Parts: sequence; structure tokens; C-alpha cells
Amino acid sequence: MSEPLVEARRLTKKFGDFVAVDAIDFEIRKGESFGFLGPNGAGKTSTMKMITTVSPITDGYLRVFGIDPTENGRPIRQRIGVVPQEDNLDLELTVAENLYIYGRYHDMSRSEIEPKIEELLEFAQLTERRDSKVEPLSGGMKRRLIIARALINEPDLIILDEPTTGLDPQARHLLWDRLYRLKREGATLIITTHYMDEAEQLCDRLVVMDNGRIVAEGSPRQLISEHAPREVVELRFQDGQKDEAVHKLDGVANRSEVLADRVLLYTDDADETQRQMHTRGIEPEQVLVRRSTLEDVFLRLTGRRLVD
Amino acid sequence: MTLSRSLRYAESEVIAYRRTWRGTVITSFVNPILFLAAMGAGLGALVDDGSGELAIPYLAFVASGLMAATAMQNGAGDGSFPVMAGILWRKNFHGTITTPLGPEDIVWGRLLWGLARLTFVLAVFAVIAVLFGALDLVPALLAVPPSVLTGVAFTSCITAWTLTQEDGRSLSTLFRFLIVPLFLFSGTFFPISQLPGLLQQVAYATPLFHGVEAVRKIALPGVGESIVTSIPLAVHIGYLVVMAAVGVFLSIRLLDKRIRP
Repeated sequence: MSEPLVEARRLTKKFGDFVAVDAIDFEIRKGESFGFLGPNGAGKTSTMKMITTVSPITDGYLRVFGIDPTENGRPIRQRIGVVPQEDNLDLELTVAENLYIYGRYHDMSRSEIEPKIEELLEFAQLTERRDSKVEPLSGGMKRRLIIARALINEPDLIILDEPTTGLDPQARHLLWDRLYRLKREGATLIITTHYMDEAEQLCDRLVVMDNGRIVAEGSPRQLISEHAPREVVELRFQDGQKDEAVHKLDGVANRSEVLADRVLLYTDDADETQRQMHTRGIEPEQVLVRRSTLEDVFLRLTGRRLVD
Repeated sequence: MTLSRSLRYAESEVIAYRRTWRGTVITSFVNPILFLAAMGAGLGALVDDGSGELAIPYLAFVASGLMAATAMQNGAGDGSFPVMAGILWRKNFHGTITTPLGPEDIVWGRLLWGLARLTFVLAVFAVIAVLFGALDLVPALLAVPPSVLTGVAFTSCITAWTLTQEDGRSLSTLFRFLIVPLFLFSGTFFPISQLPGLLQQVAYATPLFHGVEAVRKIALPGVGESIVTSIPLAVHIGYLVVMAAVGVFLSIRLLDKRIRP
């Protein structure tokens, strides 16, 4: 098996007394698409910042391409592409110039950068906006430009910190499509997200983070089958009828989860669960049957939802 | 190598400047002309008709002072708002350090670019002053390096200070309570010997005083003690070099702490 591109053991980040990342272990291999799933404040971004060498580690062991980021950050940064959580494009420059300066930061010559810019604009579907300023671009276009910028140096490892947060569904799907393409071409991706559908679609393997710790690890399907029964019956009740119904629901499913707006029943057999509900005279206003998702895994592991 | 990385950073500033230079024309070129016309030619006529304590035309006196003061204003501007933009508003410094460049390359790169821009601004100022008949060409051009040094000393120290500020609110306070008083009381418009004793001592300690004195001793060769102090030129230059160096050192440390938490 190939050497891991990123290897962390008891990796820890503290800010004063606050422990942002609490002794986590993980390994990321070449060609894999690895996710960090967790709510805001779980420690995902702090972990990314340590990997990209822009935040010194407090304790533990971290190697990126086998290099110690504390001792030698520059050769690591030479080989990575970073898509930060917050847009940090240079608003005074055009679309193409934003790509150009990052090429220069990576010590590429003008003749190396020029063809690369055209290729990346094509990839990011921004060719027509080549000489436009960055400011008037839509949120989705800015994100695609940031991804293009992260690819200028043909990185061996691409780190995306919440790449689609704040985008509308159409823009997200377009972005996912671009990321799929990178994945198919064999790129190694690290993605943080608090969207379970994003993690399900893009990640081969992921860790679930909460309060600075890793609470589960595996492929999306593995995690779901380990931590959540196959199906979920979602119930919505009319005002005031939920509490009464919850008492009567005892035993109709493997497990239930009472949320503010609905009740989730985890079950291996949704038909059987619904039959039993009917027998007991439980009549919700709305019933939805679906397959378990990572959101359910997260709820199971932490008792909280990913996005509130 | 660091110089190459700093230059690559400076290149992005140059590209940005190609789009934003129009906004800097007023402060860089038009203001000095207005000041020279109003203070030098206008007020100067009155001053020169008066007691005549100055051994040279007031226009020459104020032109040399304004050269250093212009450098201070440009330098201070360069060390404040664009730095806050880089760390907080546009956040482009945060992106830059995910590439092979580091905080030290940003600081040195900005300094190199600032040096080039100040040189241009002050060379233009010198030529304008010559056209006004305030200074002779050769001494005016020789006075460009000490005024650039004045500007760089301000850029580096104010960069360091900006990096300690939470947000942009304090930046305009800096101009109101530091830059403007320095502009008025560091010998730009009148010799500091006119100040009351205690304030004179304060003025000796201020950076712009040393900038003004250095520029004046070079731009107005052979003027006597009614115009400049007897402090050796090397002291002024030394003061400004130390100030610039301390500013750069602090800026690198503070930028590192700020954007690599």
C-alpha cells in the first residue's frame, strides 16, 4: 500500500485553554477523497489549517507528503491547492489575474501560467468572464474561481474547506460536478462539510467530528449501516399532538428521535413500523419514508443535528 | 530565495495598482501641488514680506518640508488600510500564505513595492517643486532618497501597529491624532525653534522631524541655523533606518501571529 499523503496521530490544536482539535488520528491515501463531517465548531477548519501549514500544531504528530509542517511548510504548500471557507479572492484584480498571481506565487513563469489559465477557466466555466472583475461574479462563480486558483500549480493534494457553504442548490450541483471530475482524474481531495449529502456524494471515506474529536470513521455506506438502521420513518404531527403520540410510539421501531418539528423512527422494516402505528391508532399529519443518511448517523452519535 | 518570493508578491501589488492608481493621484500628486501653491506661493508672499527671519524664500522652506511630509502621508496610508484589507476585509493575505509565500514575503514584498511607488511619487514631487521655482533640480532629486526613507519608516511601523488592531475603526483615529499633528508640528511649515521649549524637545523625538531635517539639509544645501538644526545628517538617517528596521521586524512577527494562529 502506498505511503499516506497525510498522517496524523494524536493531533491537537489548542487556543489558550480551548481545545479545538483533541488528539485525533487519521490517514489519507493517494487518490482518495476524504471527508471531515461535523457541525460548525467541530474542529474541521483548525485541522485543515494545520494540514495546510498555516496554523502550527499544538501537540501530536502530523506529516504531509512525509514532511513535518512545523519544520518545513513551504515544500508542502508548493504541492497543495487550498480552497478556503471564506472567499479571499483579490477583488482589485480580474478573474484571469487572480489565477496569474497564484501561478507567480508558485514560481511558475508567464509562459507556463498562460495556457494553464485558459485550461482552468474552461474547467471552471468562466472563460467568458476572463477579463471581468471579481466583485460582480455570483457566489457560485467565485467559488469555482477559487477552486481553479487552487489548481494552478497542479497540486498533489486539494484541500476544500466547506466548498459549497452558502451556495444555492444549482450552484452546489455545478460545483460538485467539477469536483467529481477532479476525483475521476485521480486527484486526492480533502473536503470538510456540514452537509451530509455533500459527504455522501463526494467522499470515499470520512470521519465524523464533534467537539474536536473523531467520533466515527468509515465509508458513507459503512457508517450508515453500522450506526443507523436501514430506513427512517419521519412523522409530523398537528400542533400539540406530538407529545401524546410519542408515548404510544414506544417499540414500533428500533429507535426513535424526537426533534422540534418531527419524530424520526429508525427501523429495518418501514412497512411493519407503519402497520404497527396504524394498529395503535397513531395518525400523524404527514409520514415520509426514506433511507438512512449520514445526518442520522451524526444524530445517533452526538444527539445533535448537523445543521441547525 | 526570499528576494524572489518578495518580488513575486510585489508583482501582484503592481498589477492591482494598474487598476487603482487613479484613486491615489489626488493624495500623491494633486495635494502637494495645492499645498505648494497655497502655502508656498500664497502664504509665502506674506511671510517673505514680513520680518524676514528666514534666510531663504518661504516657498523653498515649505517645499522641502512638504517633501518629507508627503512621504509620511503616503507611507502611513500604505501601512494602514491596505494591511487591514489584507488581514480582515479582502483577506487576501490569508490566501497568499497557503502558497509557498509566507508572512515575511508579504511584508518584504509590500515594502519593495512601497519603495518603488514612493520613489516615483517623490521624484514627481521634486520636479513639481523645481517647476514652482522652490528648489534647484539636482538637490531636489538628491533629496528623494531621504524622503523615501521617511516614507518607508512610516509604512513599516504603521504596518506593525495596524496588525495589532482589531478592526479598521482605529485607523482614522491614527491619522487624526498622530499623522495630522506630526504634519503640522514637525517643522514642515515653520522651524521647530518657534515651538515652546518643552514641545521642541517632543518634536526632536518625532520621526517626521528627522525626515524633514534630512530632506532640508540635502535639498537646501548651505542653509544656516535659522532654517535647520545643527544635528548631523547621519543622526536623522540613522533614526529613520532604525525605525524602518524595527517596523519590518515587528511587522513580520505580528503578521505571522495574526494570520497563522
